[in-house]
Amino acid sequence: MAKHKISVTVNGAVREAEVESRLLLVHLLREVFRMTGTHVGCDTSHCGACTVILDGSPVKSCTMLAVQADGCKITTVEGLEQGGKLHPVQEGFTEKHGLQCGFCTPGMMLSSVALLERNKNPSEQEIREALAGNLCRCTGYVNIVKAVQYAAEKMR
Amino acid sequence: MTIAKTDAKICGMGHSMKRKEDPRFIRGQGRYVDDIVLPGMLYMDIVRSPYAHAKIKKIDTSAALKIPGVLAVIDGPTLAKYNLHWMPTISSDTQMVLPIDEVMYQAQEVCAVIATERYIAADGADAVEVEYEPLPPMIDPFKSIAKGAPVLRHDKKDQKDNIAFHWEAGDRADTDKAMAAAEVVVTENIYLPRIHVASMETCGCIADFDSAQGKLTVYMTTQAPHAIRTVFALVAGHVGLSEERIRIISPDIGGGFGGKVPVYPGYVIAVAASVVIGKPVKWIEDRMENLQADSFARDYHMKVELGAKKDGTMTALRIKTIADHGYSNASANPSKFPAGLFSICTGSYDLKHAFCEVDAVYTNKPPGGVAYRCSFRVTEAVHAIERITDSLAHKLNMDPAALRMKNFIKFEQFPYKSVLGWEYDSGNYAPALKKAMDIIGYDALRKEQAEKRKKGELMGIGISSFTEIVGAGPSKDFDILGIKMFDSAEIRVHPTGKAIARFGTKSQGQGHETTYAQIVAQELGIPASDVQVEEGDTDTAPYGLGTYASRSTPTSGAACAMAARKIRDKARKIAAHLLEVKEEDLEWEPGKFSVKGAPQKSKTIQECAFAAYTNHPQGMEAGMEATHYYDPPNLTFPFGSYICVVDIDSGTGVVKVRRFVAVDDCGNIINPMIVDGQIHGGLNQGLAPALYEQISYDEEGNITGGSFIDYYVPTSLESPNWETDKTTTPSPHHPFGAKGVGESATVGAPPAIANAVVDALYHLGITHLDIPITPEKVWQALKAKGATA
Repeated sequence: MAKHKISVTVNGAVREAEVESRLLLVHLLREVFRMTGTHVGCDTSHCGACTVILDGSPVKSCTMLAVQADGCKITTVEGLEQGGKLHPVQEGFTEKHGLQCGFCTPGMMLSSVALLERNKNPSEQEIREALAGNLCRCTGYVNIVKAVQYAAEKMR
Repeated sequence: MTIAKTDAKICGMGHSMKRKEDPRFIRGQGRYVDDIVLPGMLYMDIVRSPYAHAKIKKIDTSAALKIPGVLAVIDGPTLAKYNLHWMPTISSDTQMVLPIDEVMYQAQEVCAVIATERYIAADGADAVEVEYEPLPPMIDPFKSIAKGAPVLRHDKKDQKDNIAFHWEAGDRADTDKAMAAAEVVVTENIYLPRIHVASMETCGCIADFDSAQGKLTVYMTTQAPHAIRTVFALVAGHVGLSEERIRIISPDIGGGFGGKVPVYPGYVIAVAASVVIGKPVKWIEDRMENLQADSFARDYHMKVELGAKKDGTMTALRIKTIADHGYSNASANPSKFPAGLFSICTGSYDLKHAFCEVDAVYTNKPPGGVAYRCSFRVTEAVHAIERITDSLAHKLNMDPAALRMKNFIKFEQFPYKSVLGWEYDSGNYAPALKKAMDIIGYDALRKEQAEKRKKGELMGIGISSFTEIVGAGPSKDFDILGIKMFDSAEIRVHPTGKAIARFGTKSQGQGHETTYAQIVAQELGIPASDVQVEEGDTDTAPYGLGTYASRSTPTSGAACAMAARKIRDKARKIAAHLLEVKEEDLEWEPGKFSVKGAPQKSKTIQECAFAAYTNHPQGMEAGMEATHYYDPPNLTFPFGSYICVVDIDSGTGVVKVRRFVAVDDCGNIINPMIVDGQIHGGLNQGLAPALYEQISYDEEGNITGGSFIDYYVPTSLESPNWETDKTTTPSPHHPFGAKGVGESATVGAPPAIANAVVDALYHLGITHLDIPITPEKVWQALKAKGATA
């Protein structure tokens, strides 16, 4: 199978790889770059466990080929903490008990970060709408909403 | 039993301590099975049957084996050489690991491809050609149970029909008599459909056989690592895998909910592949495999009858159930309880006559019957009694809250012996219902409903006042495959006063690393932040049966307190030695012994720990550690009252949950924040089957609901803003009065929602709807009554 040289910026660092056309972005991150914080929870783009921020927008990295990300800027969960300081969204999730098993958490947090970057003061309904592409089986979403509200207040 | 609250520095019970497991999860540094990579690791992908029932004529692996990187294809005959092609289920039935010549359900494992890379293994699986001869599938359990039906399990010598087992509880004749004498009888046929736990992480493992040492290490998604080790030793002992050479490591688990209790064929095939090839083999299910082939839950067809006096006094309950177990009884129930704890079906009510029976039936569907976030068929039992209670209320034109209040087991009746044999340890049902009614504003809602009804608007109020039965269980009655259902804790206090504690259970998101540390903190006064908790490694943790059935706090949590008390007893001896007083002259407050009447003379637990290694009394063993295996004297009986308000669009049939108030009583609470979180999540897993989720099959046995495209897990948009509150009725027999909470909401929520929907529609002549109550189902029911907008 043909291989392609690609270059992506992941959490601020330029990374290069030679990949098959069919390699999914999530597998580039997890298996080639060994950044396993981005998870795979379904095969049909429903669960959102693989959500990353790509050029400013949340995308499901299981639904994109690695070659399509060539030249793009990607933020994964590993890039949220800056200089030893947690992102307010990370802080919110732990303060408000917005996670249990932790499997959906990275994707859920990245969708939250993307929301707060475009809307500084989201209503509960807007938070629920923004997270509707991320499934959580543990929390019932109540504390996830509170976590995002916590982060929003902290970021204002 | 009240628990003295420690100060925030110690952070014992009752503190909403932030979770100790969170720092790794919020940084993406959790370590789930698929995150682990071992040197030389191979990947496995499974070829599955497209048919529900077929003969396998031929498996052609030649094209697969030509793909560079494909190393082997393992099929039934390969495993048969080692007598590993069959395995026992946890319920002592049998199940194929890989078939020789016949498949019994769609998505059954047919063979497995081992390759150097994940994608190449998938290519290999695609390239395997299997020739099938389709056979007529048996999909309908009622046809399967009929006389003369072809016997599906012809592999079992003594099997003459399709009944997996028959089980009953109670006095049939006495109940029949009481039912015949009842002034009113209500009957409903209630189906609880097949559903799936759908944890966000699927199942998988890495089997790593070290041929030099003859040692097998398996990293796997299991809720019960120790029991799995024993099962592996029993299944594969004949090929040299003895128990001391098997290590099961259950790393971080992305949700379990009962679905990670069974042994699935994939695990066994991966182990066999690793042993044969001599390299680590990783197998990770995709979501469709997970939904289509792993153990399902529920699938109970119940005929429920409730007899009563005209004044509403319940007199008799009778339930007949057909349980569809699929191709094998692969539930994970205690041996003596093949239908689990279904006989809790008299619920919160003082019923004097009851009888229930279950016929479990084989069909050509995936095997299972797992307890999905429920202590062994309690969800089914609660749905039956709570739905039929509302049917009685409607029939008698009584308020469903008043009917419940009238029939509740009264506080002074506890401990209460139910007619079906359980001794309820404690309960206080009326205050919980009253509290829920007050919070939601019950009387005002009834007025609003009456006004809306005049305008033709559909609004309903549903109640569920459930009683749970959890914490299995006392060894005299409870075992799985013969292993008694105790559980364990081991605590070691280090010289510097910090501690490590290990347990036989395994958290899958419940927060054990935090709550167990808080128990140690409560009992010893060592700050919870100084206590490291470990679970899931069979080489290091004491033996236990694992985490499911809301049993961790009732069993391992209790063991933790008992082990800590052993340590405290030793610390008291050391403190007396250090202070040169008698033990009985010492007073304990969390973290410190002081001399009675001279509180300035004291020794902290940390000082005692240091002395245990540096200055212990002559004749005393050095060190400060203890292990406890806790055999609970009884089960625990958490309860609660839930009230749900729904609005229904008569044009579309869409049900909207407007409000949902949950008042739970799980006894004394370790961490209120975590308990609240458990209830929120449980409520969502009650909402899901009530309104959205179902796995069903067409006549050919093709699964519908086999991916997230059509298995509709609720998102943040469908999920209401759950409102929670509590009452506290401590368990009288648990060391710190706790009861377990993980499953109450999953069990209690579905009938509250179903009752609310029927409450909104009853005046139109709609007396029952099976869950999931989809818009289509509501709309069809409305249409049949000419009541669509």
